[in-house]
Amino acid sequence: MTATDEGAASDAVDPEEVRHVADLARVDLSEEEAAAFAEQFADVLDYFAALDEVPAVEDEPDLVNVMRADEVRDGLSQEEALANAPESEAGFFKGPTVS
Amino acid sequence: MSADDADAPGGDAAAEDLNIFLTRETVEGDADGPLSGRTVAVKDNISTEGVRTTCGSAMLEDYVPQYDATVVERLLDAGATVVGKTNMDEFGMGGTTETSAFGPTKNPVDPERVPGGSSGGSAAAVAAGEADLALGSDTGGSVRNPAAFCGIVGIKPTYGLVSRYGLVAYANSLEQIGPFGRTVEDAAALLDVIAGPDERDATTRYDAAESTPGASGAADVPDGVHPADATDYAAAADGDVDGTTIGVPTELVEGADDRVVDVFEDALADLEARGAETVEVSLPSVEHAVQAYYVIAMSEASSNLARFDGVRYGIEGGDGNWNESFAAAREEGFGDEVKRRVLLGTYALSAGYHDKYYKKAQDARAWVKRDFDEAFAEADVLATPTMPVLPPKRGESLDDPLSLYLMDANTVPVNLANLPAVSVPAGEAEGLPVGMQFVGPAFGEEAVIRAGSAVEG
Repeated sequence: MTATDEGAASDAVDPEEVRHVADLARVDLSEEEAAAFAEQFADVLDYFAALDEVPAVEDEPDLVNVMRADEVRDGLSQEEALANAPESEAGFFKGPTVS
Repeated sequence: MSADDADAPGGDAAAEDLNIFLTRETVEGDADGPLSGRTVAVKDNISTEGVRTTCGSAMLEDYVPQYDATVVERLLDAGATVVGKTNMDEFGMGGTTETSAFGPTKNPVDPERVPGGSSGGSAAAVAAGEADLALGSDTGGSVRNPAAFCGIVGIKPTYGLVSRYGLVAYANSLEQIGPFGRTVEDAAALLDVIAGPDERDATTRYDAAESTPGASGAADVPDGVHPADATDYAAAADGDVDGTTIGVPTELVEGADDRVVDVFEDALADLEARGAETVEVSLPSVEHAVQAYYVIAMSEASSNLARFDGVRYGIEGGDGNWNESFAAAREEGFGDEVKRRVLLGTYALSAGYHDKYYKKAQDARAWVKRDFDEAFAEADVLATPTMPVLPPKRGESLDDPLSLYLMDANTVPVNLANLPAVSVPAGEAEGLPVGMQFVGPAFGEEAVIRAGSAVEG
């Protein structure tokens, strides 16, 4: 895949689409990042498009419920749980304003 | 460090020059055990109580876990000494250790070149003599790739053999923690210590799993017994391949660099001289393995990394409402490759695209599994070059993500199929190490360890 394929890419992405996905993923992007990602995503998505050729495959995974007794056991203390929080107050995590 | 280490390529100065460790801190095991006297470097996405664990990310620059990962508990219980936390591609996302927020690690064999990744610091620590052993994690090759590029041994265990409790998740349906050593026996001895069921990771339970039909190499264990409890991996490193059938998947040899293929074929010829038989096998599905792997890994990453919101840990997002604050924290805390994968994963799972990408990737994953099952009806283990290329120079491929992804062609099929594999040094080309990969049936660690140890001669 080369830059010259870009025009032909079946999944051309524009910076607005990148921005929409970034909103869904809660990641701010600069103008430059959105533009660079749009170009790279076109290449990558074009490559992913070959998955279209994959036949439907029956798969029966070995799945099983894993159960355990519902017993109280030690966990992190309140202090330990808060130890890595950028901000806490009176034993609580402090988050952004709810608006 | 003993006095005679002064002249070794290791040494503290070397470790700093190569940027191997992100945190240099010693934790002594408090018990006598199979690893007494051995030093172990631990990848920085494996939780260590009281010792900073960054995942190579600015997001977790100051994060200090409140508990040990199960594998770390087991290391210390076995008498090992942890010597530090090693550099890695950010959250495991990369194959060169260049995406670390703390700068790249250099390859001890040739400091102009990458050590591979994402567990590049761990592999470099062992190759440079900074540690006897190391732990990495392998989501799509992140143990085997740096083992190959640094000229050491790395094992990717069967999914479910080793507990992931305390491993910071990137793509949990694919990843396993795996050991590095300078010999197959060393790496296998570390696997003996870390393997086994853990009630804190339900995927280590074995009661339901049935071994692959016709898989002669798989561990023969009674029902309800975890394979790790019925095996001695170090003892399997006996070099005996007499009568072993080695399958060579043509698709995974054809695409490799000629210099790599030459070394690989010489090593195969050696094994034949020692009584192994080689047969060609075909895995037609692997043409789609890299695509399927990246769709699945990115999709899982987009969900797993949603936890980094700057509230419970990580970088604070500052003013604004929840959404604005989260988005600001993630803009600042994540590097380019992490953003790329979170965004592409979000895209692949978003309305209108799920069936086109994620569902097709799951079909491809099932197809890859089936192809391996069929190959193991004909062969005890499969052999391929671990990496299709020699270790690249630093900075060569960072701007072209797709070219980096394609480097994983031989390693990702193994993760898609949940299988065990080992990478062992097979020789050199132009003074650079070439790794040989052996893949076994589910829970067939002993078979790949045995075959790998035969390459060491």
